[in-house]
Amino acid sequence: MRDGPPAPGNTTGGTPLRQARGREFWRSLEELAGSPEFEARLRDEFPRQASEWHDGLDRRRFLQLAGASLALAGLQGCTRQPVEAIVPYVKQPEEIVPGTPLFYATVLTLGGYAQGLLVESHEGRPTKIEGNPSHPASLGSTDVFAQAAILGLYDPDRSQLLTELRSVRTWKDFVTALRAGLQAQAALDGEGIRILTETVTSPTLAGQIQAVLDRFPKARWHQWEPVTRDAVRLAARAAFGGLLETRYDLSLPDVIVSLDADFVTAGPGAVRRARDFAGRRRVRGDGAGMSRLYVIESAPTAVGTLADHRLAVRAGALPAVTAALAKALGLPEASGSNAQLDEAQARFVRAAAADLLSRRGRCVVIPGEYAPPAVHVLAHAINHRLGAVGAMVIHTEPVEARPVDQASSLRDLVEDMEAGRVDLLAILGGNPVYTSPSDLGFAEAMLNVSMRFHLAAEEDETSEYCQWHVPEAHFLEAWSDARAFDGTASIAQPLIEPLYGGRSAHEVLAAFVEEAPRPGLGIVRESWRSKIKAADFETVWRRSLHDGVVEGTALPGRSAAIREEAVREAIASIRPPAGDSLDLILRPDPSVHDGRFANNGWLQELPRPLSKLTWDNVAHIGPATARRLGVESGDVVEVAASGAAVRLPVWVLPGHPDGAVTAHIGYGRRRIGRVGAGVGADLYPLRTAAAPWLLEATMTSTGHKAELASTQEHFGMEGRRPVRHGTLAELRINPGFVRETEEPHRKEESFYPAQPYPGRAWGLAIDLSVCTGCNACVVACQAENNIPVVGKDQVRRGREMHWLRIDRYYEGPVEAPAVHHMPVMCMHCEQAPCEVVCPVGATNHSSEGLNDMVYNRCVGTRYCSNNCPYKVRRFNFLQYSDERTPVLKLGRNPDVTVRSRGVMEKCTYCVQRINGARIEAEKAGRPVRDGEVVTACQQACPTQAIVFGDINDREARVARWRSEPTHYGLLEELNTRPRTTYLAKLTNPNPDLERG
Amino acid sequence: MAARTVSERPPIIGPGHTSGTVTDKISEVVLRKTPRWWYVGFGVSFLLVMLFFYAVAYLFTKGVGIWGVNVPVGWGWDITNFVWWIGIGHAGTLISAILLLLRQQWRNSINRFAEAMTLFAVACASTYPILHLGRPWVFYWLMPYPNSLGIWPQFRSPLVWDVFAVSTYAMISLLFWFVGLIPDLATLRDRAGSQGAKVIYGILAMGWRGSARHWHNYESAYLMLAGLATYLVVSVHSVVSFDFASGVLPGWHTTVLPPYFVAGAIYSGFAMVLTLSIPLRAAFGLEDFITARHLQNMAKVMLATGLIVAYGYLIEIFMAWYSNDPYEKYMVVNRVMGPYAFQYWALLACNVVSPQFLWLKRVRSSTACLFVLSIVVNIGMWLERYVIIVTSLHRDFVPSSWGMYSGTVWDYATFIGTIGLFLALMFLFIRFLPAISIFEMRTILPEAKSVEEAGR
Amino acid sequence: MKGGPRLWGLMAEFHTPQELVEAAARTRAEGYRRLDAYSPFPMEALSDAMGLPASKVPMLVLIGGLIGAVAGFSLQYWVSVIEYPLDIGGKPYNSWPAFIPVVFECTILCAGLFAVLGMLALNGLPMPYHPVFNAPRFALASRDRYFLCIEARDGKFDLEATRRFLESLRPSEVTEVAA
Repeated sequence: MRDGPPAPGNTTGGTPLRQARGREFWRSLEELAGSPEFEARLRDEFPRQASEWHDGLDRRRFLQLAGASLALAGLQGCTRQPVEAIVPYVKQPEEIVPGTPLFYATVLTLGGYAQGLLVESHEGRPTKIEGNPSHPASLGSTDVFAQAAILGLYDPDRSQLLTELRSVRTWKDFVTALRAGLQAQAALDGEGIRILTETVTSPTLAGQIQAVLDRFPKARWHQWEPVTRDAVRLAARAAFGGLLETRYDLSLPDVIVSLDADFVTAGPGAVRRARDFAGRRRVRGDGAGMSRLYVIESAPTAVGTLADHRLAVRAGALPAVTAALAKALGLPEASGSNAQLDEAQARFVRAAAADLLSRRGRCVVIPGEYAPPAVHVLAHAINHRLGAVGAMVIHTEPVEARPVDQASSLRDLVEDMEAGRVDLLAILGGNPVYTSPSDLGFAEAMLNVSMRFHLAAEEDETSEYCQWHVPEAHFLEAWSDARAFDGTASIAQPLIEPLYGGRSAHEVLAAFVEEAPRPGLGIVRESWRSKIKAADFETVWRRSLHDGVVEGTALPGRSAAIREEAVREAIASIRPPAGDSLDLILRPDPSVHDGRFANNGWLQELPRPLSKLTWDNVAHIGPATARRLGVESGDVVEVAASGAAVRLPVWVLPGHPDGAVTAHIGYGRRRIGRVGAGVGADLYPLRTAAAPWLLEATMTSTGHKAELASTQEHFGMEGRRPVRHGTLAELRINPGFVRETEEPHRKEESFYPAQPYPGRAWGLAIDLSVCTGCNACVVACQAENNIPVVGKDQVRRGREMHWLRIDRYYEGPVEAPAVHHMPVMCMHCEQAPCEVVCPVGATNHSSEGLNDMVYNRCVGTRYCSNNCPYKVRRFNFLQYSDERTPVLKLGRNPDVTVRSRGVMEKCTYCVQRINGARIEAEKAGRPVRDGEVVTACQQACPTQAIVFGDINDREARVARWRSEPTHYGLLEELNTRPRTTYLAKLTNPNPDLERG
Repeated sequence: MAARTVSERPPIIGPGHTSGTVTDKISEVVLRKTPRWWYVGFGVSFLLVMLFFYAVAYLFTKGVGIWGVNVPVGWGWDITNFVWWIGIGHAGTLISAILLLLRQQWRNSINRFAEAMTLFAVACASTYPILHLGRPWVFYWLMPYPNSLGIWPQFRSPLVWDVFAVSTYAMISLLFWFVGLIPDLATLRDRAGSQGAKVIYGILAMGWRGSARHWHNYESAYLMLAGLATYLVVSVHSVVSFDFASGVLPGWHTTVLPPYFVAGAIYSGFAMVLTLSIPLRAAFGLEDFITARHLQNMAKVMLATGLIVAYGYLIEIFMAWYSNDPYEKYMVVNRVMGPYAFQYWALLACNVVSPQFLWLKRVRSSTACLFVLSIVVNIGMWLERYVIIVTSLHRDFVPSSWGMYSGTVWDYATFIGTIGLFLALMFLFIRFLPAISIFEMRTILPEAKSVEEAGR
Repeated sequence: MKGGPRLWGLMAEFHTPQELVEAAARTRAEGYRRLDAYSPFPMEALSDAMGLPASKVPMLVLIGGLIGAVAGFSLQYWVSVIEYPLDIGGKPYNSWPAFIPVVFECTILCAGLFAVLGMLALNGLPMPYHPVFNAPRFALASRDRYFLCIEARDGKFDLEATRRFLESLRPSEVTEVAA
């Protein structure tokens, strides 16, 4: 790389040393700023190769903060790393044994609701997040956000300075300023004080806010969560006359009807629901007890891909269909419904209703998080009618500390601010300037407030509008607490001291009421001392920390009566959708959620479950809509709604209902770190307080094309059968049907005698029936194995590094296709084609049947990848792993080599975990037990679709899976003898609908 | 047959030449003052060599990621160029070895620079296996050498076979070429004007005296080398084809590959010999030694090998249908109609259609036509390797992992760079060494013939 | 030879290969043994005329080839079975069919080296100096002249008699070659 221009005052050269240093410094600053001139010059250096080099920086911005590393190194180097990591123990804490990780229980909150975690810590450095088996919302599994949170902790772009008007201040300065502001309010009973938070379930935080409100009676507390559940709350208030939490237990019902509910990935407790649901779908033997799933949805979802019967309806038509269902189920209030359904819808509803009625008390109807209140009300009524309440459907007191209609709560705040009634606004977490509904004009109104401060993890759009910005501590850096979907409370403990001196909301609120600053621990502990009535607080406290749950805090179910008039109103409120209008369906992004994870490279590069797109948000439309508009995937369209317009690339999604477009919020962040900057388009401007999820929109083609990075280009199976599937009925008639449908020329003979595996023989099996394509395994693998992020350009060149990918195939008509997910990682073939062709023996077989990859020996011919029929090998075409940014090194798994440029890599079956278990077993002088080795993907999987173990051990679960009739190997006919194998995907369709 | 055909065919050496005139004419090319066009030609190719070094330097700093390769297409221009260059070399060996054994005396005037071409082609080819590595600085791990790691190459890998095959090929070709040069070096030693030249050629000639005893062993060794080189003509490209044939990919995993790689190699090799000899004879006025007869014979070899190659393409398609293997069948369909269909049809046009013109005597005897055809065939053979490598890789077994491939500017630069390297070496060769084997030309003179007849 | 004569031999120059061949034949018939003929290109007839024994090169090539083959296979066997056995794609350590190509190449390589080195050795090359180069017109031997040299070491050699004999062969000239 050519040097930058000499530093000012240095133009005449001077001593080589001075010059060099001057240049280095100057260049780094420029890169740090990422100034266009700098990148332009880089481009000029290799004219034709522009993209190559330019993206070379660009794509590895996150990983390889080439210039920024200078500044960061400065910061990291001196004080911020936890002591344990950088100096040998002088006096060693007895519980820490160098080299052996410790696990601590804590919780991650999303939308305020807690997900229990166990966090792996190496010598004080958190490296991997797992689910907490004893936490009701996790049971040991996690979602993608939990898996990726570890990267958020070490994100070098997190805000590191407490600032006032962009100039650095100390915590003390801030407290002084805050208290001055409060003093002024003391006389007015805090009339001008407003606190804005996201949804709060934390008892401690609620208590603290209450304390503030007690001190300043006229102060107000507002809440705004971008992924709002207002509909759920409104419906509950309408249906029951009061706010209730409703949760669903999917381990019980035989028949499930989803009303646009993506219950395995969306909403509080999704991971748990996925687990329960899968329990009834994991077919063994003759498949007794398999549940049946009907899905009525307006936008393709994970649940839709699992459905036995899927009905795609326009979002606008959902309430009508729901009403028809209610009517078919004989709800008296619904008898008046005159919903117009087409033939297909009518048949579907009839069949579903019949099925539900035949399973009274063993069935449930689930309304979607984002469905309108009417649908929720009807669903409640139906569930009551079907006798689902009490077992499958459980009403409890609200989990939220203070449930409010957040849209109106935010509206009130804006009105007060516009009217100049607000003098001091404290925004504790969240990014309202970016996420607030466009019609409220939050940002402008905010400027009327004289003192605005913002507690946030990164300097975002909202910090721009506040004088004071306080860096927020990551949840792994701070004490807190939160409650799960069922009310279970957990205490969140920090695993590491704040890397960047962040503060928790608790500490900030403490500064409202007390002079002396109080540490988070004290605050949380005190609040629980008052709650825990046990004689021996200390024991309970310690046990709660250890278990990750506070015993007996789950909310008991309570009875609730449906208000008929509410149902009638709901029915009456239903309007048929305007014929020619276009529904714009907004949804939180499966990867960046509401935008808060936009700077997380793992999540950005995670192929979205259905489109397999990375680094972008798009307008998903159905094939028919695309035809009418004359566009294809990649064409840029302009989507206009509620007076704003946004340009988006189109992605044609088979099975997407016609006349509708689905797009994900959370992109187009203006102020954010290097990773998220400039990724995708911002859809919040289209969003209104009244209609957060569904708007009427128009869509016009712009004639432009966008470059999209999808990790899968072919969605058909091309007449091959990588995914084998059938119905429960087929299985019962002919258990062997999976094997019979194999390619004709299967041959086992070999020129050579097979290698024997007398000892352990590791194998992995995947049950395709329950894979939801949620990607948790992919991120888990990435986190466990130090897999680098390569950036959009490299993904477009087909160079993504994920060791584990989830293939997705469509079958059948494009309007209503069957969708299959197929996780594919290294097959560890006993007769591996990759090994034979390696000229240096860098990949060869272990005595236990692992296909080992020796990075140090690899010279990078890529022959193994060429010769791999499964194409599961990944190559470091460039220096992808960031070896320069110190803070990122903290987060790496010390048990896994960080690969350098030019070597091949691939799934190792988490060999480091295998060896860990083997060592333990050998120390104890016993064989490795089944289930002792758990691969990262297996551990994360919410539906437990993956099992790993010794296939020589008859009792091992993996061996039992392999003996299932539905068991098969991918491309077995090539005689590779894969160790990774599959159980065919089984569905349980309704014979009546089948016949029709 | 000689009696009959000589009448109608042009001779393999111009009339009225004697041992003396042959010697003077050929050695004069080397010993006279350097012509201006040589400086121009060498200068241009030297610039291309610099381009090569530039591309390689950037490659080493950044990594193979600067090329177009990806997953699934792990090989692209790199290995295509490798196979192409290796193939070109084969004509040299065939001419100097097999035609020698077959006593085809017309080869005497072209074998020398054909062998040189072989050497330089192999030199260009052998850069790619190193350059294409992810970690080129450890390329020597592919060779068996005692090392403190105690680890060795994996001898089941076709890439290791390549290492042995190509290095053996390079070594034998070099020996063959140098042995052939010794008597001519002696000639240059005895005729060089400047003392410097005398010394250098003298050292290279190693004191060759042309004694009957020398010739006695020399002829025997030369024949032996020819015999060994003959095996190489057949084996080297077979081994190269194993890189593909021993893989599992549809389009690679086929037994027809070795023979039709060999045929293809000779095909492209003769094309290259034509491409070089036509301008060469014009430049040095060597029409008496490289006569129309030579060009026509080479054209005929091209026609023959071209037909074999065509048969190879045909049998590939037939086998796909006959095997009833869904993957094989799709591979063919994808080649014919897939995203790389253009390359496939272009290759058929170049390699199957264009040589058919050689059935016509008019075309065979037209230098211009032959020159154009030879270049077309060279392009075609490059495309053949590109198609075999890329179309087989980009859509193999699991549809989810299908992808596309295209070279980057750095792929082009490296390829053009090696062409420059090849030309530069060629220019140096024709300037400082006799481009035509003098002593072997002497043996086809009437005076030599008469004595051999007398001998019998 | 007694005292190392200052003379290397007598050199006769001819214009045509035929003359040389006949001359060589007659010289041998005359009983001379230490003689050598020089020509710009190889002539089987000349070898016959001088009654040279069959060349040893082919035997050397055979030996070289065998050495190469054995070395090639034993290297692979030792590496794959004895020194560092690895399970490669489930194949046995001694997967000999996969070893054939390398064996083949080693055979060719060694055979070739033996051929060339053997030839040079048998011809005593490289040899920077040799008395025949003292013959004034010998440089033409690499162009279009043919020389026959009877060495003084020959038991039958007698300056006068031999000169007379050579002249009887009607060469273009006969010269003495200093040692």
